[in-house]
Amino acid sequence: MNPKPDQLAERPNASQLFLIFARIGLTSFGGGLSGWMLREFVQRRRLMSEEDFLNGLSIAQALPGVNVTNMAIWIGYKLAGRSGAIACWLGIVVPAAFIIVLIGSLFASLKGFALTHVALGGAAAVAIGLSLAMGLTAARRVPRRAFPLAIMVATFIAVAFLKWPLLWTVLGAGSLSVTVAYYFES
Amino acid sequence: MPTLPLSILMVFLPLSLVTIGGGQSAIAEMHRQIVDVHHWMSAAQFVDAFAIARLAPGPGSLLATLIGWQIAGFWGAIAATVGIFGPTALLIYGVAHIWSRYEGARLLRALERGLRPVAAGMILAASYVLIQSLEGGWIARGMALASTALLMLTPVNPLLLIGSGAGCFVGLHMLGLV
Repeated sequence: MNPKPDQLAERPNASQLFLIFARIGLTSFGGGLSGWMLREFVQRRRLMSEEDFLNGLSIAQALPGVNVTNMAIWIGYKLAGRSGAIACWLGIVVPAAFIIVLIGSLFASLKGFALTHVALGGAAAVAIGLSLAMGLTAARRVPRRAFPLAIMVATFIAVAFLKWPLLWTVLGAGSLSVTVAYYFES
Repeated sequence: MPTLPLSILMVFLPLSLVTIGGGQSAIAEMHRQIVDVHHWMSAAQFVDAFAIARLAPGPGSLLATLIGWQIAGFWGAIAATVGIFGPTALLIYGVAHIWSRYEGARLLRALERGLRPVAAGMILAASYVLIQSLEGGWIARGMALASTALLMLTPVNPLLLIGSGAGCFVGLHMLGLV
């Protein structure tokens, strides 16, 4: 099923990449985009090999940053170098940024109605479920060993209860955890 | 650039680098900085913005754009967007650039495995902080837990679920319950 490199379709230019990612950005709600991107770039348009795509995906997830925007830059760079990376990044961020400001202003203009805040409260309660479900899914994928579990619990306590600045918590817990994973688990 | 957007930029630049495993993980710190440290928004306004960001399409970290817009208008939105996306964009660009020459498989695996428990702890902490800021008492908290269960156990459409949450709350409000 995987296309060989010589069967790959002609590469799109920067403005085409911008449009592809603008569409992805504007039609994506609440995550779960990597499957969609795989279909778009590997299976349907055959712009890159599955291996290239999956390499990019694991890097996009390991590095800080939103997976989708990281992936956009990775794909853009692979397909069209620097201008491709910039085009994909702008495509995924800018149109959606306009929409969110628009929606925000819409709600702000409805602020006079008490019900707006009530409705947003209900939406937020459910939206927190999205966050918690993602947290529980991530927690389930943590190896069932003492050290990774301790790192997870310590991070939770430091951020939720002690309210330590996140940057230092992440640098501390992250570098310790990555060092252990590098030397003892691979 | 005026001083307020500049302060917004300085808040979001370091936040960018802690968005491990997606923007969710930085929300607890965003809340701390915006509500507790700088008093740019109330906890209720922050939760409203969070809900709007969830209703809107695109990357969830655009919450930063919306917050910047609400605090300081156009330049605030620009500053927050550049701050939250800029550093990580440069980072992944650099990695993509050197990837072809440097085979980083072992380091990459260690990064991915080592950061997994940190990201899980941060996302759970973010959920905890948000639940604390939620208005509507135990009904709202119960709804958050119910939606968590629905999302994990069924293939329900998140947008539909958020819409019904809003509707449900309006109904309960009319009955005088929240």
